[in-house]
Amino acid sequence: MDYFLNLINTIGIHTLLGLSAYVLLLTGQLSLAQAGFFAVGAYTAAILTVIFGWNILPAIGLGMLSTGSLAFLVGFPALRVRGLMLVVATLAFGEFVRMFFYNFEWRVIQEGVEVGPEGTMGFSEIRYFAEHGWTNWEVTSLIWVFVVIVMALIWWADQTRSGAVLRAVGEDELAAGTVGIDVMVTKVAAMTVGGVIAGLAGGLYAHQITMLDHHAFTVLLATFAIAYPILGGVSSVFGTLVAVIFIQGLLVEGLRFLGDWRMLLFGALIVVVMNVKPRGLFDSQMLRWIKNALRLRFSRGLS
Amino acid sequence: MLEVRALSKNFGGVKAVKELDLAVNAGDIFGVIGPNGSGKSTLVNLISGVFSATSGDILFQGQSLSRLSPHARVRMGVARTFQNIRLFPGLTVWQNLWVARNSAEDIRAEGVSYRWFRKGGPVKKEIDNMLEFSGLADKGDELASNLAFGEQRRLELARAAATKPRLLILDEPAAGMNQDEIRDLDWRIRQLRQQGMTIILIEHVMDLVMGITDRIAVLNFGSKIAEGEPAAIQENKSVQEAYLGQSKDD
Repeated sequence: MDYFLNLINTIGIHTLLGLSAYVLLLTGQLSLAQAGFFAVGAYTAAILTVIFGWNILPAIGLGMLSTGSLAFLVGFPALRVRGLMLVVATLAFGEFVRMFFYNFEWRVIQEGVEVGPEGTMGFSEIRYFAEHGWTNWEVTSLIWVFVVIVMALIWWADQTRSGAVLRAVGEDELAAGTVGIDVMVTKVAAMTVGGVIAGLAGGLYAHQITMLDHHAFTVLLATFAIAYPILGGVSSVFGTLVAVIFIQGLLVEGLRFLGDWRMLLFGALIVVVMNVKPRGLFDSQMLRWIKNALRLRFSRGLS
Repeated sequence: MLEVRALSKNFGGVKAVKELDLAVNAGDIFGVIGPNGSGKSTLVNLISGVFSATSGDILFQGQSLSRLSPHARVRMGVARTFQNIRLFPGLTVWQNLWVARNSAEDIRAEGVSYRWFRKGGPVKKEIDNMLEFSGLADKGDELASNLAFGEQRRLELARAAATKPRLLILDEPAAGMNQDEIRDLDWRIRQLRQQGMTIILIEHVMDLVMGITDRIAVLNFGSKIAEGEPAAIQENKSVQEAYLGQSKDD
């Protein structure tokens, strides 16, 4: 059961990570920076609960505020680079963050014990949930409440003019500027929102996993983050969720018996999916199919 | 309304536009013609802000557009269409118009929540009217990429008009159109002028240009070689040499 819950938690946190990249992907920005914001959110929230004894919600909240601000600052230089160069630039940023925490130390004595981040040794003893009597189910529920809220917010935003404007910028930046859209504001706003969501994911992650290590925040995580919305497609937030379940559930866990060959199959499967469904697993065709299937199901029920 | 002063644009060694002077009066339909490579599209890109000028200035209602980004120029009331249609293919027809509502008056009138969030009320009415005007009333939820060529052209025009411009620049809107479509375009342009827009028409289709414009400027190799009313331009010898070909009598 614990194993199962851990998987569910991972899927939830990775969905948030994927959603943070999704918002950016809508505007056409391929960002490998999300793992960096994730790390900042994780360390910030953990420091607040461990060293300052904060309650978890405000701790995560302040983490989100800090990653949002950082993302806002990153958003401006990001405007100057396009496409693949943005990938490189955000990758560099992510590594910068990881190297920062590789060196970062803030040790404090609490009740005779040393706690806090310790550079290469990481940040262990993030015991908030245990100390406050949270059950495993409660932790999982907390994570998934946030997943549902974020998915609902993004879905709702997509029904508004803001969603259409984000997508217009992603489709054709030049044309967007020509019809009066402020492309700079749109892209920086998307980067900021993406940063906030990644910070949320990080804060939850830190407390769920109880220890932070710089190895967790590598390019690999950043790649997963952007792979989810690419695989799931930008037609719908559900695409990202499906992609996370597919990759984390089916590929990472389900194929564990294959050992390291799993990675080969993993890569091959992604290539196959992208060829069969270039607009992602959950493209508009899939959505239309689902709508029709539901309509048939319900109409049969009535007759 | 629009004044172009000694405008020049160089791309490396290529002088696409050379010391160009133009003046467009409010309410006019002003034609710009010339062979391919004469600098017409560069001119449109300079006015709309896609390119920045090498030297010279562009004044719109007395104000210089020089340092303004494309979207800022739209806010001031300058809009343009693209020669090779740049719609937002993944957005629906309705959404293409919705995201274009960026005129100063719309920004003022709608307020933050309305503008960003609500689809209903006066906004819906206006967009529906625009769809009606463009013969796209039943295509609102269709993806822009699924439209027929003629429909895409009408949407491109409607989207530019949705920014509520004072000055609308049309970059070869008749390209690829048949006679019926050109007649329809002629009617549309006149309707837009009646609604108060000043129009600059870049075109190759002479029937359309000669029939609809008040004044025409002729470009060749980045410079203006003639300017005047349609009849005068048709008679002009250097224009004939450069572009129009000999008259029917020759």
